Amino acid sequence: MDLSITNLSKSFGTQTVLRRISLVAERAQGLVLIGPSGGGKSTLLRVLAGLEYPDRGSGPITFASKPLDFANEDALRAHRRTVGTVFQAFNLFPHLTALANVTLPLIHVHGHAPKVAERLALEALNRFHLAEHAHKRPAELSGGQRQRVAIARAIAIKPRLLFFDEPTSALDPEMTAEVLEVIEELKEEGRDFVLVTHQMGFARRVADRVALLSGGTIAEYGPPGQVIDDPQSEVAKAFLARVLKY
Amino acid sequence: MRHWFFAPREGAETAIPPAARALGFVIAFLVLGAVFTFAFFRLEMAWSWEPVWRYRAKFIEGFGVTILISIASLILSTIAGVLFALAGRSSLLPLRYLSKIYVEFVRGTPLLSQILLFFYVVAPAINVRDRYTVGVMTLSFFAGAYISEIVRAGIEGIGKSQIESARAIGLTTAQTYRFVIFPQAFKQSLPPLAGQFVSLIKDSSLLSVIALNEFAKNAQEVSSITYSTLECYLLLAVGYLLLTLPISLWTRWLEHRTKFET
Repeated sequence: MDLSITNLSKSFGTQTVLRRISLVAERAQGLVLIGPSGGGKSTLLRVLAGLEYPDRGSGPITFASKPLDFANEDALRAHRRTVGTVFQAFNLFPHLTALANVTLPLIHVHGHAPKVAERLALEALNRFHLAEHAHKRPAELSGGQRQRVAIARAIAIKPRLLFFDEPTSALDPEMTAEVLEVIEELKEEGRDFVLVTHQMGFARRVADRVALLSGGTIAEYGPPGQVIDDPQSEVAKAFLARVLKY
Repeated sequence: MRHWFFAPREGAETAIPPAARALGFVIAFLVLGAVFTFAFFRLEMAWSWEPVWRYRAKFIEGFGVTILISIASLILSTIAGVLFALAGRSSLLPLRYLSKIYVEFVRGTPLLSQILLFFYVVAPAINVRDRYTVGVMTLSFFAGAYISEIVRAGIEGIGKSQIESARAIGLTTAQTYRFVIFPQAFKQSLPPLAGQFVSLIKDSSLLSVIALNEFAKNAQEVSSITYSTLECYLLLAVGYLLLTLPISLWTRWLEHRTKFET
């Protein structure tokens, strides 16, 4: 991906979550956002995914040199349609089967015929070993299975970019491994993605670029070897010392 | 012995044995029956069903009219309820406040005064002369306010994460309602909706004040002709129960079912 962010600010009411963030990621395949809770990682990801609006006065955000038009809801929806987003809480539709969760955007957003959509959806579910669960509802699936269905839903539309917002934070270690394997696979097949995570080891493995956010600003940015193993700023050192201790 | 009369403890795996259910039900029924038999016995009532039987056609006709009015109002009030619930969530502020005023006005005033207001003021103004149409309109207007609150609660009960997810996959607002919000809200709203339908059927009896020949009005008429007042009103009660009981039982079943699904 070629991503450029200039002077991005975001506040909720009186609370400022992002303060004039600027970042350039050129030819980066995996951008991983780390940092303490409340540091602004998820908000940044959600702005990039077109789910939150930057404050007035923010600079442009461009993907492949094309700026995102946040004032235009249609353009924003068009952006959301070309990316896949996976949330911490899975966010599957509970009234639909796993298969229907995947076919819903294929049919009603991307205009595939139901037959074609079903084939694409089954392909995606098969990939993550979910074929036998295709006709179950989310309540009948384990957390790891749900998250893999959510990932299948995100990749079935052949997105140009994937967003993962703490995809394993709600999972136990075994299920976490299940989901991280899937993300690593996607990385290996060359898909671009932005990932927010607390798993430092995994961040180091899949990232081309790591940004450490704290207090709404980027405290440290660069390749994982530099940010995680050799941080310069005090905030980054303190944060990494805390999380890598155990 | 205990298990014949008491439900198993909370959290115990066993269901209530069918025999205990039947026994409990029969006892409850007998107690109620005894109370009423005693009351009627004290009254030393000389029952006179024969004149009532002579006017059976009136009861049957009224019953039919009540069913028709109820079905028509049920459909119209549901449509009104959904529309006003959506209006209440509209970003267009006058529309939103219109919906709020409507709900508060209807819930805060007696149905009786709404019926009279519609009949003497609104209907003539918009040139509706047929009293059955006025009746159905009033009843739908009335029940619609309650239904809109039920629908609104159902919609608001859908988690923010669901709406977020719908946005993330690129659904439009209309598609989000159609594929994500309504199917889930509908399931949540069914039990209170069914309860509202029971009320609607009973409330239709108030339309007798504008002389609709529905069930209650016809029962009143027969009672004033035959002087078999108690008989007529007993019959009236049984008639309404025949309509409302199936809906209540259906509601119970729905609540029972949704309890296990989530």
